[in-house]
Amino acid sequence: MSQQAGAYYIPHGSRWPIIAAVGLFIFMWGAAHWLDGIEPEGPILLFTGLAIIIFMKFGWFGEVIRESQRGAFNAQVDVSFRMGMMWFIFSEVMFFGAFFGALFYSRGLQVPWLSGEGHGALTNYYLFRGYTGGWPTAGPDAIGGAFKTVPAWGEPLLNTLLLLSSSVTITIAHHALRDGHRRRMLVFLAATPILGALFLWFQAHEYIDAYTHLNLTLHSGIYGATFFLLTGFHGLHVTLGTIMLLVILYRTWRGDFSKEHHFAFEAVAWYWHFVDIVWLGLFLFVYIL
Amino acid sequence: MNTDAAIHHDDAHHDDVPKGFVHRWLFATNHKDIGTMYLVLALVMFFIGGAMAMVIRAELFKPGLQLVQPYFFNELTTLHGLIMIFGAIMPAFVGLANWQIPLMVGAPDMALPRMNNLSFWILPFAFLLILSTLFMPGGAVAGGWVMYPPLILQTGESLAFTIFAIHLMGISSIMGAINIIATILNLRAPGMDLLKMPLFVWTWLITAFLLIAIMPVLAGAVTMLLTDRYFGTNFFNAAGGGDVLLYEHIFWFFGHPEVYVMILPAFGVISEVIPTFARKPIFGYKPMVYATASIAFLSFIVWAHHMFTTGLPVGAQLFFMYATMLISVPTGVKVFNWVATMWKGSMTFETPMLFAVAFVILFTIGGFSGLMLGLVPADYQYHNSYFVVAHFHYVLVSGAAFGIMTGVYYWLPKWSGHMYSERWGKIHFWLSAISVNVLFFPQHFLGLAGMPRRIPDYNVAFADWNMVSSIGGFVFGASQLIFVGNIIYTVYFARDKAPARVWEGARGLEWEVPSPAPHHTFSTPPTILPGMLAHGDITH
Ligand code: HEM
Ligand SMILES: [Cu+2]
Repeated sequence: MSQQAGAYYIPHGSRWPIIAAVGLFIFMWGAAHWLDGIEPEGPILLFTGLAIIIFMKFGWFGEVIRESQRGAFNAQVDVSFRMGMMWFIFSEVMFFGAFFGALFYSRGLQVPWLSGEGHGALTNYYLFRGYTGGWPTAGPDAIGGAFKTVPAWGEPLLNTLLLLSSSVTITIAHHALRDGHRRRMLVFLAATPILGALFLWFQAHEYIDAYTHLNLTLHSGIYGATFFLLTGFHGLHVTLGTIMLLVILYRTWRGDFSKEHHFAFEAVAWYWHFVDIVWLGLFLFVYIL
Repeated sequence: MNTDAAIHHDDAHHDDVPKGFVHRWLFATNHKDIGTMYLVLALVMFFIGGAMAMVIRAELFKPGLQLVQPYFFNELTTLHGLIMIFGAIMPAFVGLANWQIPLMVGAPDMALPRMNNLSFWILPFAFLLILSTLFMPGGAVAGGWVMYPPLILQTGESLAFTIFAIHLMGISSIMGAINIIATILNLRAPGMDLLKMPLFVWTWLITAFLLIAIMPVLAGAVTMLLTDRYFGTNFFNAAGGGDVLLYEHIFWFFGHPEVYVMILPAFGVISEVIPTFARKPIFGYKPMVYATASIAFLSFIVWAHHMFTTGLPVGAQLFFMYATMLISVPTGVKVFNWVATMWKGSMTFETPMLFAVAFVILFTIGGFSGLMLGLVPADYQYHNSYFVVAHFHYVLVSGAAFGIMTGVYYWLPKWSGHMYSERWGKIHFWLSAISVNVLFFPQHFLGLAGMPRRIPDYNVAFADWNMVSSIGGFVFGASQLIFVGNIIYTVYFARDKAPARVWEGARGLEWEVPSPAPHHTFSTPPTILPGMLAHGDITH
């Protein structure tokens, strides 16, 4: 489009957003079918939607990258991108907030009430007599049966160290990028998704252990629900973050980023730090306490 | 920027309007086109939700079951609520934001135009998803728009579809809100300081913050419903140590700020319109900004006023009662300032002003009934009755929806380049303003007399006022056809051209560009000259 020098970059019409909307719709539509046991439509739709979404990601980001390399974005556009990413991360914080809130509420208020504390005395007397609460718990009916919890000082501690060091490596890589040390940058950047993948490996192991040896499952009352949803959504974010790290690793190797211009790099770094901080919350409130 | 320069830009960019339906609308990145699509979608949803309301009122016209089966009735009330909130009110305000914010702050477009397109196009699919559930085995969700467990977990196949539709709406709202914040914070023209921004922009800035904070929480709540239903978790099952009230807490942590999401932008519109037609600057600009911010803050700590009858500890009830009372302070500031703006103004009453004045009066009535509901002992009586229905329809219909209509009449000449029919606008106004009261005021009486909400049949003692209410409902519904007619007339048939400054008393950047506003407005940041803005002098 005809732009005066220094003006804000307004992209032409783009086909990627509508492709994204269609992809998302088919994905969700398929997911709902699948949950309702409508097969094979469910999985077929879901994976079709997923394929469209992945195709869209390549197309959309590819277009933005080409524009960026053409120098279409001025500093102001860069700020818009940064704000977009920051507020997106804030929305993610609130999403985790809902699940942390569920954990605090059930552990701090609900379970004590069920066990007869405070104004829960009659509930306990008439409905759940003999239930003494405590944490962890699968509730008065011990739904899912007796279970053991994952000890904090084993794999979770290891995972904490892994994620913390991955935050360090990405920060070193970022400094190296700004100082123009290509080799150092590549090494430390490459270390980060490896640490992320190791984290996921141990978490998978932990889940398998929980299901096979500890009898801790999604079904294990309120403890199982909060445990798996919190750590599960976090694990999903680590997975996405690892993929994002691999993408910027490839782009760094290709030489996409300059000392001054590397928004994508920073966005992924922010995201990674966010995932790390959520983990610290999990480690403290889910595993240790 | 003076008008000549703006016209010049218009010429320069005229050929930039994309040709062809697909390119212009499906691939849209222009904030005006996307704004238009949002507004059209909202209007369509307003009529779909409205049709449901007509069936509801027809069933309630007299006691006994006439038209529909009870389960279908429940589906209707549930979908009516979801569609009006997520499909009509919210998209309409986002549409107004899309059209107006770039014009008002002197930006070339929204900050992230492609994401803007995605935010919009997700919505029609989300509503396709949710409306399709009407035809599924087991029917649509029927437990009310709040979707409380355990009732909602008994829904048939449609629960997963509804939950995913809500996820989609949430994604759309979050992206839309991010875009609005980035536009306001990053794309203002030089000289447009934060405290010189139009109040509509201010209210949207704060609303966008609320949206980003609460939509993910709603997503979390419905995700827990999903896992409870399909994956065997026990979030809401006391036998497993969970609690149905956990859902209510999370939902209303979203829900109360959500009602402010629907009213704050309306406050913004009203704060633009009243000064224009009173021909006076807004009274107390900064207090208006601070009041909006404190309402937004307080809205996070009042949620349990929706749960007074659920057996919360008394201390908690008291806390939430006092916090709720506290909100009336900043709300009172706003109402006072609107009235003070009109005080000794040289007022004229074109359609937007009529709607704005009606908004101030009727919203205040809704605020007062809210205050009554916020009193713990009183709410024990009112809760779950038609009194609640009356309350939230006063704030949402004669509040939020009237705010939208105010905005549409006020800015339609700027968008379309033509004047709407003032005569039909006035007819639309008077019919709506009278019928909305006939429709909802008697519901106060019904509620106080003990009629519960969400029932298809009722005791004959409630017959008279229900009939009155239904008649009001039919008139209100029919009057909205005038609204659509007037819009279609303005866009396609009206002859008289609207000037750049459509209203004599209007101030702000949007009135410095021609009507219709050119497809690309400010390719370069406009120079703001003294006297152009409604608030604050520009010193260069
Ligand atoms: C003046 C401030 C307000 C106060 C003190 C207030 C108070 C309340 C209270 C206490 C309830 C719960 C009643 C019950 O279920 O027993 C309620 C319900 C409701 N309010 Fe308000 N409100 C206010 C403003 C608003 C506004 C501005 C809106 C929307 C624009 C709104 C929308 C609603 C809705 C939708 C419900 C019903 C939710 C449901 O149960 O389905 N309120 N309000
Ligand atoms: Cu509320």
